[in-house]
Amino acid sequence: MAKKTIREAINDALRQEMERDERVVVMGEDVAGGAGLDGEEDAFGGVMGVTKGLYGQFSAARVIDTPISETAIMGMAAGSAATGLRPVAELMFCDFMGVCFDQILNQAAKFRYMFGGKATTPMVVRTTYGGGLGAAAQHSQCLYGMFTAVPGIKVVVPSNAYDAKGLLIQAIRDDDPVIFFEHKTMYDLADEVPDEAYTIPFGEANILREGSDVTIVALGKMVLEAREAADKLAEDGIEAQVIDLRTTSPLDEETILESVEETGRLVVVDEANPRCSIAADVAGLVAGGAFEMLKAPVKQVTAPHAPVPFAPELENLYLPNADKIVAAAKEIAA
Amino acid sequence: MQLSRDDLLSAYGTMVTIREFEERVAAEFETGDMPGFVHLYAGEEAIAVGACLDLEDKDVIASTHRGHGHCIAKGCDVEGMMLELFGRKDGLCGGKGGSMHIADLDRGMLGANGIVGAGGPLIVGAGLTAKTLKTGGVAIGFVGDGATNQGAVFEAMNLAVVLDLPVVFVFENNYIGEGTGVEYSVGSGDIAGRAAAFGMPVEKVDGRDFFAVHEAMRACIARARNGEGPSGIEALSPRYYGHFEGDPQAYRGDGEVEKYRDKDDCLKIFRQKVLEAGLLEEGDLDQLRDKARKEVDDAVKAARAAPAPGKADLMTDIYVSY
Repeated sequence: MAKKTIREAINDALRQEMERDERVVVMGEDVAGGAGLDGEEDAFGGVMGVTKGLYGQFSAARVIDTPISETAIMGMAAGSAATGLRPVAELMFCDFMGVCFDQILNQAAKFRYMFGGKATTPMVVRTTYGGGLGAAAQHSQCLYGMFTAVPGIKVVVPSNAYDAKGLLIQAIRDDDPVIFFEHKTMYDLADEVPDEAYTIPFGEANILREGSDVTIVALGKMVLEAREAADKLAEDGIEAQVIDLRTTSPLDEETILESVEETGRLVVVDEANPRCSIAADVAGLVAGGAFEMLKAPVKQVTAPHAPVPFAPELENLYLPNADKIVAAAKEIAA
Repeated sequence: MQLSRDDLLSAYGTMVTIREFEERVAAEFETGDMPGFVHLYAGEEAIAVGACLDLEDKDVIASTHRGHGHCIAKGCDVEGMMLELFGRKDGLCGGKGGSMHIADLDRGMLGANGIVGAGGPLIVGAGLTAKTLKTGGVAIGFVGDGATNQGAVFEAMNLAVVLDLPVVFVFENNYIGEGTGVEYSVGSGDIAGRAAAFGMPVEKVDGRDFFAVHEAMRACIARARNGEGPSGIEALSPRYYGHFEGDPQAYRGDGEVEKYRDKDDCLKIFRQKVLEAGLLEEGDLDQLRDKARKEVDDAVKAARAAPAPGKADLMTDIYVSY
């Protein structure tokens, strides 16, 4: 099986679904790039290069460059999805949801319920999240928690190339609105990825490592940190079970609870801010569903309640990492 | 273009149905039995009906905060609407949407909207679907004067032009956005001119005159169907009720609404025109009014007798699958 980067895996998924279904269209800022200028066509392929090459195969009719108008992009995706297309809209940075949240929060998410079950809104919003590039407060946030809190939308946060392809194909074939979060520092990470199309169901967490001493629940890039932490903990005789959530809505509550019932200890790792977060959500789930099995308090390893800083020294302090996870696990499992 | 007798009867019948519906909703709301907020369209009927008369089911409209008229004009079931306004299980949206979110996608009605201006981007999406799948449909976005000041609408107009979509914007200028005058809130004072600056033809028409609206819209719709891109109209016509029911309307001048009802009423103008031209008889028009009144009365009786949704309905229709 060929190794592919996350960037390539996502491009694969888009290309294969566009070949399979003429209703699938890609839209966003510079998803091709170069429109209205004298230089190259498909100059960008998305600012992260993820959609590169789609324009050549599918033309401007299905790879739609838009003005810098996030509200109109999200609204066009919602309106076209409700009337028969299966759009995949790119929101360059999830932070920009600040300018266009209404079209997700009050429109796409609510159509089906408000319209008494008559609406189907099969749209995907691909967006980037996360710190590590010195992009600071307006280009580094982890906003999946905000979307997870909204009934009517599904939220996907893949941690590797194999999952990215399977979960994105699932998202495109899914009949509900899906927000798909891509960590901006992970695009070059490679994995074994099948050439053919495949899907990974939503709401099924992935147990990446077995262990009976402590459960570490993580998502997105924090899965990498959790695995590294688990290896370090094993050197000290602490065996961690590592769970990759894959999707936060729906959330695989069963796998989390079963694991905690086995280990009696929980560390939740989330790159986002701590208040009203996925970490707090999982901690609450366990407090309500496996309280009597807990041998120690639940630990949350998250960013602090602060904006993402700019200076690399500050950003390093800010971000959760393997060492912080190890320290938290040892507090409850040593 | 000369309209057929059937078209004229259909146009008046729909206009008078909207009027009867809205006047009755005002009365029913007053009793306290209708939940939520309602925003009434009475006074602006000629715009919705002039814009929608020639539309088909494959054509999509996005409505406004004041959406009942657009629903009826696009062919939504009047009884289903009344049930919805009363929050009944068999309402058009199962009692889950209400007045502000009333929709019927089977009729190409993409919803009234609780968020002023939000329909602009959505109708661009409907236009993209029509263009991409070559349905031959057009997408009509109703936008109130208040919503024309929303950035979402600016973005929508620009994107429709950039992508050359089969979209028609219908700017409904009833002179008041909530409780603030257009004269104050629209910087240039010229909604049509501002829209035209995005790069599409926009004609200003007398929204009280069904024939003026219909004629202007006919050109816009033909243009969209022929793949010639977006266009719009600004139609001016007063609203007779407040922003919402219960609004004391202290912002109105003395006798303002009475004057509108007496001198500017779109139904009266329609009657006068067709009678003077000898196209329809008084009796035809009265009969349509009586029929509408009965239809609305029956709808209210049905709604009052209908069951509310229950526990089994609370958690359905959130997702297709979860």
